[in-house]
Amino acid sequence: MEAQLNELKTEALEKIKAATNVKELTAVRVAYLGKKGPITDLLKGMGKLPAEERPKMGALVNVVREEVTAQLEERMVILEEQAINEKLQSETIDITLPGRPVKTGNAHPLTRVVEEIEDLFISMGYEVEEGPEVEKDYYNFEALNLPKGHPARDMQDSFYISEDILLRTHTSPVQARTMEAKGGEPIKIICPGKVYRRDNDDATHSHQFTQIEGLVIGEDIRMSDLKGTLSVFAKKMFGDDREIRLRPSFFPFTEPSVEMDISCFKCGGEGCNVCKKTGWIEILGAGMVHPNVLEMAGYDSKRLTGFAFGMGPERIAMLKYGIEDIRHFYTNDVRFLSQFERTEV
Amino acid sequence: MLVSIKWLKEYVNTQDLPPAELGEKITRSGIEVDAVIDRSEGLSNIVVGYVESCEKHPEADKLAICQVNVGGTVDQIICGAPNIAAGQHVIVARPGATLPGGMKIKKAKLRGEESNGMICSLQELGIEGKLVPKAYAEGIYVLPENAEVGSDVLTNFDLDDTVLELGLTPNRADAMSMLGVAYEVGAILEEEVKLPEITYKEAEDKASSMLTLHIDSPEDNPLYVAKVVRGIEVKESPMWLQQRLMASGVRPHNNVVDITNYVLMEYGQPLHAFDYDLLETGNITVRHAKTDELITTLDGNERKLSLNNLVITNGKKPVALAGVMGGANAEVSKDTTTIVIESAYFASGSIRQTSKEHNLRSDASSRYEKGVDPNRVIPAAERAAQLLSEIAGGEVLAGSVIFDQLKREERIVKVSPDFINSRLGMKIRFDDMLGILNRLQFKTEAMNNQLVISVPTRRQDIQIEEDIIEEIARLYGYDEIPSTLPETATTPGGLSPYQLKRRIVRSYLEGAGLLQATTYSLTSEKSATQFAMKHTELTRLLMPMSEERSTLRQSLLPHLLESVTYNTARRTDSVALYETGSVFLKGHDELLNEEEHVAVAMTGLWLDNSWQGEKKAVDFFVLKGIVEGLGDKLGIALDFERGEMDGLHPGRTAYITLDGHRIGIIGQLHPSEQKVRDLKTTIVMELSLAELFKEHTGPLKYTQVPRYPSITRDIALVLSKIVEAGTIEKLIRSAGGKLLKDVRVFDLYEGDNLEAGKKSVAFSLTYFDPEKTLTDEEVTAAHEKVVARLKDSGAELRS
Ligand SMILES: [Zn+2]
Repeated sequence: MEAQLNELKTEALEKIKAATNVKELTAVRVAYLGKKGPITDLLKGMGKLPAEERPKMGALVNVVREEVTAQLEERMVILEEQAINEKLQSETIDITLPGRPVKTGNAHPLTRVVEEIEDLFISMGYEVEEGPEVEKDYYNFEALNLPKGHPARDMQDSFYISEDILLRTHTSPVQARTMEAKGGEPIKIICPGKVYRRDNDDATHSHQFTQIEGLVIGEDIRMSDLKGTLSVFAKKMFGDDREIRLRPSFFPFTEPSVEMDISCFKCGGEGCNVCKKTGWIEILGAGMVHPNVLEMAGYDSKRLTGFAFGMGPERIAMLKYGIEDIRHFYTNDVRFLSQFERTEV
Repeated sequence: MLVSIKWLKEYVNTQDLPPAELGEKITRSGIEVDAVIDRSEGLSNIVVGYVESCEKHPEADKLAICQVNVGGTVDQIICGAPNIAAGQHVIVARPGATLPGGMKIKKAKLRGEESNGMICSLQELGIEGKLVPKAYAEGIYVLPENAEVGSDVLTNFDLDDTVLELGLTPNRADAMSMLGVAYEVGAILEEEVKLPEITYKEAEDKASSMLTLHIDSPEDNPLYVAKVVRGIEVKESPMWLQQRLMASGVRPHNNVVDITNYVLMEYGQPLHAFDYDLLETGNITVRHAKTDELITTLDGNERKLSLNNLVITNGKKPVALAGVMGGANAEVSKDTTTIVIESAYFASGSIRQTSKEHNLRSDASSRYEKGVDPNRVIPAAERAAQLLSEIAGGEVLAGSVIFDQLKREERIVKVSPDFINSRLGMKIRFDDMLGILNRLQFKTEAMNNQLVISVPTRRQDIQIEEDIIEEIARLYGYDEIPSTLPETATTPGGLSPYQLKRRIVRSYLEGAGLLQATTYSLTSEKSATQFAMKHTELTRLLMPMSEERSTLRQSLLPHLLESVTYNTARRTDSVALYETGSVFLKGHDELLNEEEHVAVAMTGLWLDNSWQGEKKAVDFFVLKGIVEGLGDKLGIALDFERGEMDGLHPGRTAYITLDGHRIGIIGQLHPSEQKVRDLKTTIVMELSLAELFKEHTGPLKYTQVPRYPSITRDIALVLSKIVEAGTIEKLIRSAGGKLLKDVRVFDLYEGDNLEAGKKSVAFSLTYFDPEKTLTDEEVTAAHEKVVARLKDSGAELRS
């Protein structure tokens, strides 16, 4: 019986070795270790043995069973892993195929520029003020030192709705309204918005465009404060190595008035097509708030002074991104708009 | 303003600075130089030629064969100009010459005849056609007889010149004259200004013996000077005068007109010349026009006048629209021998009004509108008299006929040096301030630590202390201003809740896949109210530039849809745009009620993942989902209620409501609207942000993450097609009691297996108790109530 047992063991181990997959190996297990298997039969047949031989034989059968079981399990681990690998192999996908698209939109380039400027000044403690696009002549002109018949009104031919109501020609009326509302208190605001002028639409003109203006009023605000503020703006908006220069100019609501150029961000000042070979790019107009404007809004112009500045997001976007035609901002060609998706951080 | 540097040098030493450098200095200190134009650019080898003979080309009717003496040699040149003739002095571009635009002149054969160069028109030398004297506009230019044959045209006729184009701001009317620019350049370069020396011989007869003057409206015309010049020969002006005018952008006409224009450019003082004989009466009367009085101005237009217009008359009828344009009835012509020169001061308001009323702008009116120097009115008249006697052979009658009530004292401005420095944030020395005011030729005294400044009348723009600050700062140099930051209390800054919410809406919509568009506020009357949610009166412009941009919009959708069509027409089939912007409704007062809206328009595919066979076209529910998500984002419960609107599909339109108020609309475009707009299925939405943002949602409250499981039960119902799922959902919610937490539609079936006119809707109901684990019995009890209620209402449960 011992010999029979050894033979059985040898046979089982060979079959285990020969099994090439989980299924075959499972069959081996059933065949040798199952309830109807030869080992079980041997154990059942032990009853026929003399009582003194039974323990010895029982131990022997157990040893064989354990060994077969151990070998089988070892083999099973290998075959199972092999099976998984085969399955995974069959599941291989072409990872170069495109992913399921995630629909994304993005802000209009003008919003992008305006919000960038807003955020920059908010970080310097400015609030954002807005006002009506259909405005009273008083706030659009008169309160800004542009009385009726003033020659500078020609600079901005306007769309009138009635004798006293017009589409605002700049965002400055928001300044006038804020000053009036603040009743002589200091102010630090930035005013973005749409404005309108009688221009025929072409590559460089648009009857509707956007502006963003700033106003600071306080005690002893100096022209050097204007220059410093604009310099911070220029560096944050156009790069740390930007320099600014001020040139005298004229706006009825400021005195002195200036225009600000920044050193060209494309060529750094050497001269190129963006800066028209001058090394400088005109970015905005600014000045010290005219005492008439302060007085008209109820400020004591001897005690409180201020500065104001204004710029055109269209121009900034055109310069920054090299956009060749202002009409692109208003035709909403998807091929144009969707170019302004990614961040520039 | 165009400034010839050659001409400018007569009044001020420009220190022989290269033109670009001079331009840069002028720009940096106050007046922007828009362009530096080299008049001789691209020109070389251009000489004076004398046409000895001129014969027809045997092979070409329009060509002439000319033998031209070009100094030392006689060359044959073929010329096609209609006005070529023997005996003329002409401009010849010799072989090897270059002309503007890079054209090179070579020896050539024209229809078999040799041509050694080209006889030039002024246009070919780069002069704008509108500036070329009319006599030569269609042909070559003929030089005066004394032109030296063979000499260089450029140097002899002042084409070796550079012109600075000044972009003048309205305050710098003083620089609308050569003398004004000379003062500016003098201040920049610290040079003296030389005024023209005016001397001429007067006749014995007095001007007043021939002319009487009456001023009817001294408030609009406080100063009028008239001079009478007789024995004039009207002819072409000398070359130097013509060249200076052309360099200044003025077309030469004849010597009399040219002289008035020359003095206008030189002094900035408009002049007018009348033919004395055509004046008929020997009288000049300045008065306001009578209503409907007529005048034909020099441009040939008959104009009907109004009481606002100031006119120059001969005592009977108008002969000029004062300060704007002369009348044709007293125009100087080649037959004129005696003229009246007018130099006057007209109030700017009056001229502005007339110029605007007649839509007529001239070099004269643009100067009057901005204000001329009251102290140049008389010198300008004298200067014209001098030139008329020198150039036009005129005899100037003694004295002037003059009316003078014009105050012209210099304005006094007082300012303290400390004030100047404190406003600039600088430390400019007192002496430097004085030096700058000196350079500007402002007389200055120092009194009690104050500068007392007499401002010359040519600088009408200098009125207050701040104007003086600007003068000092700009000439001291803006580069010298330090950079500081305001020393005000620091403020937090930031966006208002409204502005913050607008940004949230934008970034939500962009995250949802929409591109932000921006369209025009002005539209046509027809589309102004299309898709408008509230109906108010139209707001039209008084003077629109076109019907397309005549009226303020009351809805964002018409233009947004135009943008969609723009894209689909360019083969972008799937478009999803949104816009935020104002619509303009009539309000309670004269200002409009500007309400900010958000609108969305979408067409084509919403999802296109073709290789995985996944495609989703936009439909009502795609956009509805976006709107619902927007409500969630803002913490606002938006409802939808069946709605209707012209242009939208009657069965696929809903009002968007908030607390029972309609604040928006959503729907599919009506097929006929889609056809008109050349669009396929298009879904739109417009919502009032103003209404949406009224709601304050307040701080967010956290509720504990559930510790007990929820239980879900489903119900499938067979309903009549006209019963809305929303109604059933509300019914379920009201019947479900406290334990019912959520109801969702998870299936909709409208097919063959159902009776006609029926649909099957399946709901999934979630029950949950935050306090404990629900038992089956509790859920069943709650659920049965729902089922009972549904049965009561006539719904048929599907098993
Ligand atoms: Zn550059």
